[in-house]
Amino acid sequence: MTNFEDIEQLALKIRKYAVNMTSTGGSSHVGSILSIADLLAVLYGSVMNYKANEPNWHGRDRFILSKGHAGAGVYAALAESGFFSVDKLKTHCKDGSDLSGHVSHKGIPGVEFSTGSLGHGLPVATGMALAAKINKDKHLVYVLMSDGECDEGSNWEAALFASHHKLDNLVIIIDRNKLQSIQSTEETLGLEPFVDKWQAFSWNVIDIDGHDLAQLIKACDSKVDGKPLCIIANTIKGKGVSFMENQVLWHYRSPQGEELEAAMKELDNA
Amino acid sequence: MRDAFLKKITELAAIDKDVVLLTADLGFGVFENFESKFPGQYFNVGVAEQNMTGLAAGLALEGKKVITYSIGNFPTLRCLEQIRNDGCYHDLNITIVASGGGFSYGSLGMSHHATEDIAILRALPAMSVVAPGTVWEAGEATEALIKSNSVGYLRLDKTVADENSMQLFSLGGSIKYREGKDVTLLTTGGILRDAVQASELLQEQGIDAGVISMHSVKPIDKSAIATAANETGGIVTIEEHNLDGGLGSAVAEVCMDNCIAPKIFLRIGLNNRYSSVVGSQDYLKAHYEMDASTIVKRVLELF
Repeated sequence: MTNFEDIEQLALKIRKYAVNMTSTGGSSHVGSILSIADLLAVLYGSVMNYKANEPNWHGRDRFILSKGHAGAGVYAALAESGFFSVDKLKTHCKDGSDLSGHVSHKGIPGVEFSTGSLGHGLPVATGMALAAKINKDKHLVYVLMSDGECDEGSNWEAALFASHHKLDNLVIIIDRNKLQSIQSTEETLGLEPFVDKWQAFSWNVIDIDGHDLAQLIKACDSKVDGKPLCIIANTIKGKGVSFMENQVLWHYRSPQGEELEAAMKELDNA
Repeated sequence: MRDAFLKKITELAAIDKDVVLLTADLGFGVFENFESKFPGQYFNVGVAEQNMTGLAAGLALEGKKVITYSIGNFPTLRCLEQIRNDGCYHDLNITIVASGGGFSYGSLGMSHHATEDIAILRALPAMSVVAPGTVWEAGEATEALIKSNSVGYLRLDKTVADENSMQLFSLGGSIKYREGKDVTLLTTGGILRDAVQASELLQEQGIDAGVISMHSVKPIDKSAIATAANETGGIVTIEEHNLDGGLGSAVAEVCMDNCIAPKIFLRIGLNNRYSSVVGSQDYLKAHYEMDASTIVKRVLELF
């Protein structure tokens, strides 16, 4: 049985870490991390198979954060899941730290792949899924992408390949918060009709509320033989801190002073 | 050279099922036998080099020894960031193969002239850059790169030098084809043929020119450079490639870093331009002044 309370607690912890880490690290992208806290909590708290004490266990499900700028969320999820000490999180973005603002695998148990430049995660994950098919391995490969990064053509190259080769062991979750770097996705480079696009690429597409844990878990379990799975998780950028929600400002701004206090107070009372 | 590459990967794939060949829709009439012999070890990924390189990284992360294949600049410059971030930063076993170094596809135009690839890839840490000069070197380089467990670039040329060697091939090594005390011609790639021809023509003029194939531009054979500088009259580098950042630059770096001062130092190559003229590889080498007769002329001017 899925313990929703535990997943909710994990998501809340990721949110608190996100605010604190981007504050002490003076770093950007808190809104992008809050957007995916529930997705990360579902993956690490319920959906994925892994052994925290054996990060390279061959039977593990693979996970790539393609929107590498939300790396602090993955670091927090990994630390909370036992891959390394939560104390290490305090070094995020500090001089000499290996916890970079964009997710890096070097020295960090549990990080499968380093990203930061957008449009890299899906092609690499597609290669991992292809390898699993060749090797007849049963594990799955998950990629968490942003909607804005679907501007990158490399994703669509990989999308063609994955469906052509029937990689039904590949699952992408798109953080559809509809905000990118400067404006909304639709003002920048329209993605709609987004579901239709992925369906036209012959993917199995599921469109859900990305903050509804039950819907997320069900979507991850909705695989169709012979088709890669695309979960479009409709989310709110900055979710959980009211003044950050749907504000593109918080793609960049580091929470400090009264804003930090207000954000933490809101999360403490959640 | 491509045949030697194909023969070697066919041998390696037969004994190692982890050898996987990806092509970005090039190699018509080349890979059919490989594909039928080794299902699951060959994928035509379509005209999509960024995805090909990302796929290679994903496969290599799972233990595969991956070859990415295309022509000219397509498997290198088109997907440079994937090579850097996905391949090199993750220390993966990927061998990037470009058929058609320099002006190999001379008549196809500027888009197909690979004349900055060595410099650009040489700038990446955790990368090997190899441009063989003979068919034998191409086969040896293929095997060495696939077994090297890191990212490597293999630049295959349509021109080859018809030379034999009893020396051993090693990544970071070089092969000496002619001894010579007056000057040493250091070359990379199939233009070795022109250097050997030039050496023979220079002999008739009383100049004793040695010839060394610097098949590995990165890592580079520092001791061969030091010996050429210290024990012969000097160094002339020859490359079918832009002068900025190529073999000549790499050799100059070794000399300066080690306080080696050759009495003669000359770089022959493409002088900072794109070719808008088309023609055969030999025509373009002559046009851009790097063929055997130009090498002879430039060397004679030094004496």
